[in-house]
Amino acid sequence: MSNIMDTRGLSCPQPVMETLEEMGRIKQRQIEVLVDTDTSRENVMRAAKSQGWEVKEIKPGQGEGIFGSMTVFMSL
Amino acid sequence: MEEGLTPNKEEYMTTFKNIFATRWGIITVGALVGILAPLLQKLGNPGNMGVCVACFQRDIAGALGLHRADVVEYMRPEIIGFVIGSLAAAYLFKEFRPRAGSAPMVRFVLGVFAMIGALVFLGCPWRAWLRLAAGDGNAILGLLGLVSGIWIGIRFLKAGYDLGRSQPTYAAVGWTLPLIMLGFLVLMFIYPQIPGESKSGILFYSVKSPGSMHAPLAISLAAGLAIGLAAQRSRFCTMGAFRDLILFQQTHLFLGVISLAVFAFIANLVLNQFNPGFANQPVAHTMGLWNYLGMVLAGLSFVLAGGCPGRQIFLAGEGDGDAAVFVLGMIFGAAFSHNFGLASSPAGVGPNGIAGVIVGLVVCLSIGFTMRKKAA
Repeated sequence: MSNIMDTRGLSCPQPVMETLEEMGRIKQRQIEVLVDTDTSRENVMRAAKSQGWEVKEIKPGQGEGIFGSMTVFMSL
Repeated sequence: MEEGLTPNKEEYMTTFKNIFATRWGIITVGALVGILAPLLQKLGNPGNMGVCVACFQRDIAGALGLHRADVVEYMRPEIIGFVIGSLAAAYLFKEFRPRAGSAPMVRFVLGVFAMIGALVFLGCPWRAWLRLAAGDGNAILGLLGLVSGIWIGIRFLKAGYDLGRSQPTYAAVGWTLPLIMLGFLVLMFIYPQIPGESKSGILFYSVKSPGSMHAPLAISLAAGLAIGLAAQRSRFCTMGAFRDLILFQQTHLFLGVISLAVFAFIANLVLNQFNPGFANQPVAHTMGLWNYLGMVLAGLSFVLAGGCPGRQIFLAGEGDGDAAVFVLGMIFGAAFSHNFGLASSPAGVGPNGIAGVIVGLVVCLSIGFTMRKKAA
């Protein structure tokens, strides 16, 4: 079971701040982060690695057009 | 979603490989700007202003006649190149994502005051580093102001500052600023500069420095395109550099600006453009307090808007309509700066520059205090 964070549409550095906050808070050791830009994806992945988390998978969003979102799966 | 439009997983993963997102990538991009800027200066751009996002947007405002300060009127092709280069990179790497709707009006106002603050100091963060790398000691207080403004902005971020989410929108929305910039370029061809003339058709051209000083159009445009491409890929940001360092103890973006400064310093030494000192520096003044406070205002505006002036341009190129509104805010802010006597000159701050900074700080602090997710 993992928590799902929706950071789509947020300005820098909010996606990273919210991801870090969630990492510190949850008991589950898995988070899914929805992002809508590659910048956010890179930033979230960089933050995850800096906290010793592992990025498991990146999945394109469903049914959102080619300019749609992505989900970054990460776990401790 | 139609079959065929969806990249398969393998293709998708390869698009994630972005060499510019690596440590060496961002250092390379900083080096590119650091070397190109002094070269552009050698080729004709004003002193310690090989590239300056704020100054060049101010010159564009002058070329359009939005202000009539006759020493700063030129349609800077570098800015046009930044937007188009970023757009091209975004399309090449499938990152063009048209989006808008995150408090555009507030972003416009932040752009206005970002420019007002930058023009009290006389430069955006890019130019602050370039000034330092050329020996202009006044840049030290400007950079300290930038860091202070960013520090204040971070307090707001930590308190839940939020301008709301942007929404996906039509591709045409993302194309709007790039098309405006292409329109500006077309105007430059229709109304080219006539030596000694202050106006060509509808465009204004300075006949006195620094607006009259510029590298050849094709070179400026090519340099702008190259920087736009590289900066879109690397997410180069001179505000994020300090923000991430202070907020996350993360050095990624910081390495980029340090690289810019180091390579600009070396390039200036090689090109014989390094002149250490405080007095008589090109397009600079020595009023330390206002160099500092101008950049406090600018730095705070950048944090509240999520990027430095350069970054806002590159975001606009990849489809961010809100960043595009910030860019327009900066261009209009330049018009206010010169029409209202807010902009500094080598003689010191403008007649109303101090009032401009104070009003700007009040407005930006109000934005920071009132637009909070957690307070709502």
